[in-house]
Amino acid sequence: MLDYGLTEYQTAIRDLAREIAAKEIRPVAMEYDRDAKFPWPVVKVLAEADLFRVYIDEKYEGLTDGSPIMNMVIVTEELSKACAGIALAFAGTALGTIPIVLSGSEEQKQRWLPDIAAGRKLAAFALTEPQAGSDAGAVRTTAIRDGDHYVLNGTKLWITNGGEAEIYTVIALTNPAKGPRGASCIVVEKGTPGFTFGKKEDKLGIRASATRELIFQDCRVPAANCLGREGTGFITAMKTFDVSRPGVGAQALGIAQGAFDLALEYACTRRQFDAPIGSFQGLRFMMADMAMKIEAARALVYATARHIDRQPKERPTLYAAMSKCYASDVAMDVTVDAVQVFGGYGYMHDYPVEKFMRDAKITQIYEGTNQIQRDEISKVLISNFHSRVSKARAA
Amino acid sequence: MTNPPLTLLSEEEGLFQTMAREFAEYEIRPHAAAMDHEAVFRHDLIEKFFSQGFMSIDIPEALGGSGGSFFMSILAIEEFARVDASAAVIVDVQNTLVNNALARWGSDEQKRKFLPRMARDTVGAYALSEPNAGSDAFALETRAREDGGDYILEGRKLWITNAKEAGLFIVFATVNRELGYKGITAFLVEAGAPGFSVGKKEDKLGIRASSTCELILDECRIPKSSVLGEVGRGYKVAIETLNEGRIGIAAQMTGVAQGAIDQATRYAKERKQFGKPIAENQAIQFQLARLATETEAARLMTYNAARLKEAHKPFLKEAAMAKYFTSEVAERVASECIEIFGGYGYTKDYPAEKYLRDAKIGKIYEGTSFMQLQTIAKVLLGQ
Repeated sequence: MLDYGLTEYQTAIRDLAREIAAKEIRPVAMEYDRDAKFPWPVVKVLAEADLFRVYIDEKYEGLTDGSPIMNMVIVTEELSKACAGIALAFAGTALGTIPIVLSGSEEQKQRWLPDIAAGRKLAAFALTEPQAGSDAGAVRTTAIRDGDHYVLNGTKLWITNGGEAEIYTVIALTNPAKGPRGASCIVVEKGTPGFTFGKKEDKLGIRASATRELIFQDCRVPAANCLGREGTGFITAMKTFDVSRPGVGAQALGIAQGAFDLALEYACTRRQFDAPIGSFQGLRFMMADMAMKIEAARALVYATARHIDRQPKERPTLYAAMSKCYASDVAMDVTVDAVQVFGGYGYMHDYPVEKFMRDAKITQIYEGTNQIQRDEISKVLISNFHSRVSKARAA
Repeated sequence: MTNPPLTLLSEEEGLFQTMAREFAEYEIRPHAAAMDHEAVFRHDLIEKFFSQGFMSIDIPEALGGSGGSFFMSILAIEEFARVDASAAVIVDVQNTLVNNALARWGSDEQKRKFLPRMARDTVGAYALSEPNAGSDAFALETRAREDGGDYILEGRKLWITNAKEAGLFIVFATVNRELGYKGITAFLVEAGAPGFSVGKKEDKLGIRASSTCELILDECRIPKSSVLGEVGRGYKVAIETLNEGRIGIAAQMTGVAQGAIDQATRYAKERKQFGKPIAENQAIQFQLARLATETEAARLMTYNAARLKEAHKPFLKEAAMAKYFTSEVAERVASECIEIFGGYGYTKDYPAEKYLRDAKIGKIYEGTSFMQLQTIAKVLLGQ
């Protein structure tokens, strides 16, 4: 394997996640996929292994060793090699936690982060609504101030870890007249009166992950649960995606690598025409392409995660979008080809490879579809060009 | 006289296509999602396939068939696949493999005995693959040994489409493994034959309503008159039937691609984001345009291969190219159409994800894409 210069700590958490993936996730992945069960026993193991601490600062009982995002990426990749759905209990919690890390006050961080770090509570991020998918600015859920409380009304759609998590970071309009500029990010805890869960989605893949509707009906939440100032909810959401998207890239990367590992093993052992099918050049070249794409995706995802850790003040929007978009496209290409390597067996639920293909598809869709990523990438490129031109003119 | 465009249909073809399209829309579509979910094809729907003549499209009317053409089978498969790829594969296997092999290789007696049944009420299946003989089909191990006036078949067949519903199976077995492919013989085996049973039904990614089962031949006794074609010439039956069958799969994949585009196009016009239908974004317009272009190319390749076959011209390369290309297109189109549906596309409430699951089989069955490329290369290189 290429030397990506992992630190001793990063290597240790990688090995630990890899071991848990092999021993605790891989043996149950197909069962959880079939039954669409939430992987609580695995969550417990991850918590006991202190893996929920890797992206949370030491001050709040986390253990980042200075590289929270790279750590999150490493763990997500390893878990996703075995099951991307189960991995989401971890990665979806990271997504739900990032708004607190980015915009929470000292007191808010002290209040919620230690429970998350210990794996006692899972988190979830709630932005999407039926009419607000790619157009996230069209959210209609309101949080109207009433004394020391906000009163939430509305419905959130497709919330990862919905129903299972305890802590929800919810984007809602505190000033509906101002549209997206009137949005705030508010923490809502499970069990709050007026907060219930709706339909759980029946999905193509990541079936072990709960994707559920959140319903707020006159749900009263303390005003102290607002992260940052009122009206900064969208900035928090966008900054969250800047940091979380390499995590989707890492999930995609793990899916691609997991499928590739299966395909390589099958190619080396399945015999047709009196030879291992992996000895045929058509198949070997296909595998070479798969491996190249995976390694390129890994380099981009790792470089982006490292950049975020080292340059926390710079907006990494461009590279975050690139790493998510590229790695997820690679995951789709690679998993489709991995099924192909397995031939007829690959099409059957008895073999695990088709699951990787089903799981891969979501990485092109969530946390911004790849159309949205390409839209953002090109906008940043164009705006960078114009600012270079105006700087040059000024000089 | 100039030659007509490939997609210009004769009056008879046009009427038949309309009938197939309406049948698919009104009779199949309402059940497609439920049949996928339950992984069972409705028996009453198969009965309608028979009563409407879709199970014997190019069998002569004198033998109970619809008296149509191979090209009309292609049209029916495409129209059915737009709505449900499982429905399409039932009709495809019946027409392009089983009826086709019977009509081409059957004795007059076999044709008189079986073709009217295939037109009336008997589903057919085609049994070539085995656990150790997938792409390497002629490495099959199922044995056939003579015993008086009978043959005794012994072995196991894998992934047999329509097996659960079928009454007649074309089973490939070897009379002598030492002869290699020259020992392979095709047999007509009826579902009730002693020692014949249908084994495990596969739980699949897609085409879930279509049954895919194991066949178990345990001292299965059939009369010698069951040999289809000649003893030791089964490889020819298999190759030539599959050469034609590929055009059917190409039609199925063209239909899958078209069906996915139909759905995505409608959604793109209805779904509003950023204050306008998503179809007003150039990226979505171009994506749909590209997918539609690829699907049109897929259709032209399919129709061309089918018309060549009907004109008794060589079509081996064109059929392999059509299957290779259309299955690539269907997979890409179905995958990208999910993206147009966004998050909704990933849920089972919308039809998009089913098209991708169904499309994936196109590159696998009736010869994987690698086998198509090998066939094409052999023709190109004159081997």
